Amino acid sequence: MAEMMYWEALQRAHDEEMARDPLVICMGEDIGVAGGTYKATKGLYEKYGPLRVMDTPISEGGYTGLGIGASFLGVRPIIEIMSVNFAWLAMDQMFNSAAKVRYMSGGQLTSPSVFRAAGGAAHQLGAQHSARMEKVFMGIAGLRVLTPSNPKQAYGMLKAAVRSDDPVFINEHELMYNMKGEVPDGEYFHPLEGSEVSRSGNDVTLLGYNISVHWCLKAAEILEKQYGISAEVIDLYSLAPLDRAGIRKSVCKTHRAVVAEEDEAPVGVGSEVIAIINEECFFDLDAAPVRVHSALVPQPYNHTLEKAAIPDHEDVVAAVLKMFGK
Amino acid sequence: MKLEDKKRVLREMVLHRRFEERCYQAYIERKIGGFLHLYPGQEACCNGVMEAARPGHDYVITGYRDHIHAIKCGSDPKAVMAELYGKETGCSKGRGGSMHIFDVAHRFMGGYALVGGPFPLAAGIAKGIQLKGGDEISICFLGDAANNQGVFHETLNMAALWKLPVLFVCENNQYGIGTSIDRSTAVLDQYKRVCGYGIESAQCDGQDIDVVYEHARTAVDYVRSGKGPYFLELMTYRYRGHSMSDSRGYRTREEEEAWKQRDPINILRDRLIAAGELSMDDFVAMEKETDAYIENEVIKFAEESPEPNVADLEKYVLA
Ligand SMILES: Cc1ncc(C[n+]2csc(CCOP(=O)(O)OP(=O)(O)O)c2C)c(N)n1
Ligand SMILES: [Mg+2]
Repeated sequence: MAEMMYWEALQRAHDEEMARDPLVICMGEDIGVAGGTYKATKGLYEKYGPLRVMDTPISEGGYTGLGIGASFLGVRPIIEIMSVNFAWLAMDQMFNSAAKVRYMSGGQLTSPSVFRAAGGAAHQLGAQHSARMEKVFMGIAGLRVLTPSNPKQAYGMLKAAVRSDDPVFINEHELMYNMKGEVPDGEYFHPLEGSEVSRSGNDVTLLGYNISVHWCLKAAEILEKQYGISAEVIDLYSLAPLDRAGIRKSVCKTHRAVVAEEDEAPVGVGSEVIAIINEECFFDLDAAPVRVHSALVPQPYNHTLEKAAIPDHEDVVAAVLKMFGK
Repeated sequence: MKLEDKKRVLREMVLHRRFEERCYQAYIERKIGGFLHLYPGQEACCNGVMEAARPGHDYVITGYRDHIHAIKCGSDPKAVMAELYGKETGCSKGRGGSMHIFDVAHRFMGGYALVGGPFPLAAGIAKGIQLKGGDEISICFLGDAANNQGVFHETLNMAALWKLPVLFVCENNQYGIGTSIDRSTAVLDQYKRVCGYGIESAQCDGQDIDVVYEHARTAVDYVRSGKGPYFLELMTYRYRGHSMSDSRGYRTREEEEAWKQRDPINILRDRLIAAGELSMDDFVAMEKETDAYIENEVIKFAEESPEPNVADLEKYVLA
């Protein structure tokens, strides 16, 4: 096991898959000569050349559609959207073409495409550069949605996504590219479906994904040390499909659940997970499940307002304490 | 341009340059956050066009490199700086930040962060003008790389079809972040790309304000007279990186130096000196006064202004 950064793990996955299969290509804005905004494609242009590492014009709808078209012939494009906010411009092709083509062609065509985007709120990037959009992607039939929370997942998920015959959307996070973690030395493929127990506990289940897994882990530590509450943390790394069995298993054990997401609450991961909890664990619950989420505002620029809008581990702790009447 | 105007514009351009350089410093001091895109090198574009138009009367819209366009429309530099500081007294109440300067009172309709987004908005503003029967025009300032968005073409078609009073100004600085135009765009001359829509267009030097002004007059007159849209391409260069995190590895220092030889402020300054209208001492004094104004008034105002109230987090979400 070597320690590497999240972006290095992504770079390695790109590199290995491109070395193996000449039909794996990558495309996006400033990914080639510049090596990628977050360095996920660093060095690939020099190694594989402009035919396979495509610096695209600022034409998100166009190049995403072009990549999807190529995927109809078996090309496996890894399509980077510099910031998930720009994915709105590409969603028509992602949703109407990639996600639906298998079904509407009666299985004749499929789009083995991978879309990667930096999501989440970084620091003071303002309303048009801070969107969390997992909620939009996870409701589309025909599309898989992954949200790696550490370098190992980032590496293994990208590799598995490239090999998958389905279109896969990978939601990364702007604040996580420099996160360090262990990544297996040998090839590793992360499952495309399921969830992971990141920390086991008995009193309450904290469910997160991507950055909010880290809030949950930090909250679990505080809850144990300061309040004697044993929290289990579930990493919902696949948002589509969500892992019903994993959610059921943990919540039926702890009888309490808090879902943490950076998204705003309406129509989000939290509402979906709590619907599953209601369906699967209703008679096992000791308390109503709750959501920790952002305020329903376009992200403010001002630092103090931004902090007030976005939750963190302290909000998770507060939600648990409230649930326990503390 | 009249001589008197040239002297005034030189002073304005010095303010525009020094304002942006001061922002750079404030960003390093972490007083300004988020993404910051600066304008030095391109001053003759905004100034030349707006001198030919009517600032504060005509509607202006642009992308994220927007501070100077707002100031040129009449925004108070203090309110723009306060916005960059995220203060309640900022022109967007601290909610917008550098990429989202808005000042509707001066008809500056805003800075938008998604490349290409303002194209159809500008045409829509022109539609509004058409319906309301005013003599204003709509002016859209965007970069060269924005022309590769599909919505550019959709907008050109509609603007021509409906003869909308909109002037598209393309500030062609030859880069979209780190990608040079020849690596992203099949046709380098941007003004040629609009011919397929039957739109009048021109290309000119964007560093010499007199040249920009003359071309902009033709363009503005054309649009204001109701003949429909116009596309003006200005050849220019941004001195600094695309934003603050850019180390400019994609271009050479020689190329940068060559462009600095044609600095828009120096061109105008030297022309006024040659005409006997200005001395080098006058110019140095002008810079000093500008710096003092920025420090003693603009920065002071931004520093001393209050933060927004957290209780107002949800204010402005809905009407
Ligand atoms: C839809 C969209 N895609 C990508 C970006 C990232 N981005 C911001 S500015 C920029 C380059 C734009 O270049 P240009 O239009 O030439 O304007 P300049 O910055 O040179 O003034 C890119 C790719 C964005 N903001 N919006
Ligand atoms: Mg440009």
